[in-house]
Amino acid sequence: MSGSSKKGLTLQEKHGLTGWVFLTPAVLLICWTSFYPMIQAFILSLKTGMGVNLSFSGFSNYTRILKDPTFKQTLFNTFFYLIIQVPVMLVLALILASLLNNKQLRFKGLFRTCIFLPCATSLVSYAMIFRSLFANDGFVNTVLRGFGMNPIMWFANAWTARAVIIIALIWRWTGYNMVFYLSGLQNIEYSVYEAARIDGASPLQTFFKITVPLLKPTILLTTITSTNGTLQLFDESLNLTNGGPGKSTMTMSHYIYNTSFVQSPNFGYAAAMSIIILILVAILAILQMKVGDER
Amino acid sequence: MMSKGKKFFMYAFLTIFSLLSIFPLYYMFCAATNKSIDVIAGKLIPGTYLIENYKSLIANQNLGLALWNSFRNSFILTVLCLLVCSIAGYGFEIYHDKGKDAVFTVLLTAMMIPFAAVMIPMFRMFSSLNMVNTMAAFMLPSISTPFMIMMFRQASRSFPHDIIEAARIDGLSELAIFFRMFFPTMRSTYAAAMTIVFMNAWNNYLWPKVILMTNESITMPMLVANLLGGYTVDYGMLMLGVFICTIPTAIVFFCLQKSFAEGITGAVK
Repeated sequence: MSGSSKKGLTLQEKHGLTGWVFLTPAVLLICWTSFYPMIQAFILSLKTGMGVNLSFSGFSNYTRILKDPTFKQTLFNTFFYLIIQVPVMLVLALILASLLNNKQLRFKGLFRTCIFLPCATSLVSYAMIFRSLFANDGFVNTVLRGFGMNPIMWFANAWTARAVIIIALIWRWTGYNMVFYLSGLQNIEYSVYEAARIDGASPLQTFFKITVPLLKPTILLTTITSTNGTLQLFDESLNLTNGGPGKSTMTMSHYIYNTSFVQSPNFGYAAAMSIIILILVAILAILQMKVGDER
Repeated sequence: MMSKGKKFFMYAFLTIFSLLSIFPLYYMFCAATNKSIDVIAGKLIPGTYLIENYKSLIANQNLGLALWNSFRNSFILTVLCLLVCSIAGYGFEIYHDKGKDAVFTVLLTAMMIPFAAVMIPMFRMFSSLNMVNTMAAFMLPSISTPFMIMMFRQASRSFPHDIIEAARIDGLSELAIFFRMFFPTMRSTYAAAMTIVFMNAWNNYLWPKVILMTNESITMPMLVANLLGGYTVDYGMLMLGVFICTIPTAIVFFCLQKSFAEGITGAVK
């Protein structure tokens, strides 16, 4: 790595070159496994055919998407999860983080560990846990029976099945986002809170006037990553409900997976749907950044 | 001082939330040690059926192989990812100039690419290279990620330039500065990154399901998913599988918990 043999370069140029050498492996890998496949996906989305026999067909895959009721259903499901789960989870995480940031609080470490612990479970594992908790003969129904109520067939009804997915998602990810907020809060001087308290600000005022504005970059980051994650939801849809009943809980990624690898493979159509997801993710990220930049 | 009522409310809220967070995990543990029929009956105390559940689990699935595959894949992937991303993040920040900043901005857009979008072309790419069912094909897409590079780039910001200058005067090469100065100083960032990368690698399900199709390359999440295959579900056995799949990530999390919080703090500054 010593550039001493390269005469004629200034020290600064040499360091600049070293920098390029350092970042090249990472950049090449991302080009190879993200950008290149992305371009391939776009080309693929313009082709139709079964399996490997593909031929160019213009935008026919995209016009087919517009008429596909299953795609509309999965689009609705994914956005339903997004608009309910992401705000509820982030608000909960923010409240928990600001409670845990209180200097007078005892057992702080214990609370934090408990709330963060769900993150240690794998996506498949927690899907299995919630599946058996909410099964027809599962724990939740046993409790309901114990209270003399009728058991609920959670996975037989579209809305209760969606509710189970949302509950599971909130359980798994709230602690994760809370850690980001807690870290962000630690960067805020505690004296700011002291001053607010002396000035007679209520906890609610402190929360909205100090915590939220100062945490804005972190809130923006978690909103974008959570939105991105929910739009790509797959494991839960497959392992918790298997998309059912019917296709009423299936997510877009799950449908793409089924179109590519389960039913008679139609890579072109699946690629066109994945391009739609990319566009949605990009639009939402840009919108969120715009909103985040205001003020 | 807070009023008594407020204090009570705060502790009550945190306690209820903590209990809700650990209850499913406690349920998993109890179910793993009980007979399937007792799990269904709602038994919530650890039982004595662990050995029997274990026996039916290893009779049903190749647990040893799945554990070995998962450990090997996750370990190698974590080491490679930390190496490639930390040196890149360091390179982007310490030697930054207009060109590198522009490249970094382009890399960030890769964060928006959903995995479902690149899955099919990547599968075709690896199958044309005869790499289906190989460990390399499983790992390659996750070695370099914009998120990790960003995390190390942010963390490099707090690394004092004086140390670099002093090391240069001492005649250390640029690579030696990275390994001997930066690497030991940034322990908490590495720990945080390691927690995230290991958990992602261990828990990854969609990509291995696509690219690893033989029984020999089965990983733990795939094994757990397989347990649901039969007509009747043996809840005791299923939850034992889930429990075993959760232990390694839980251990990593507990060991690195403290550094994790510190590392994240450095990254979001």
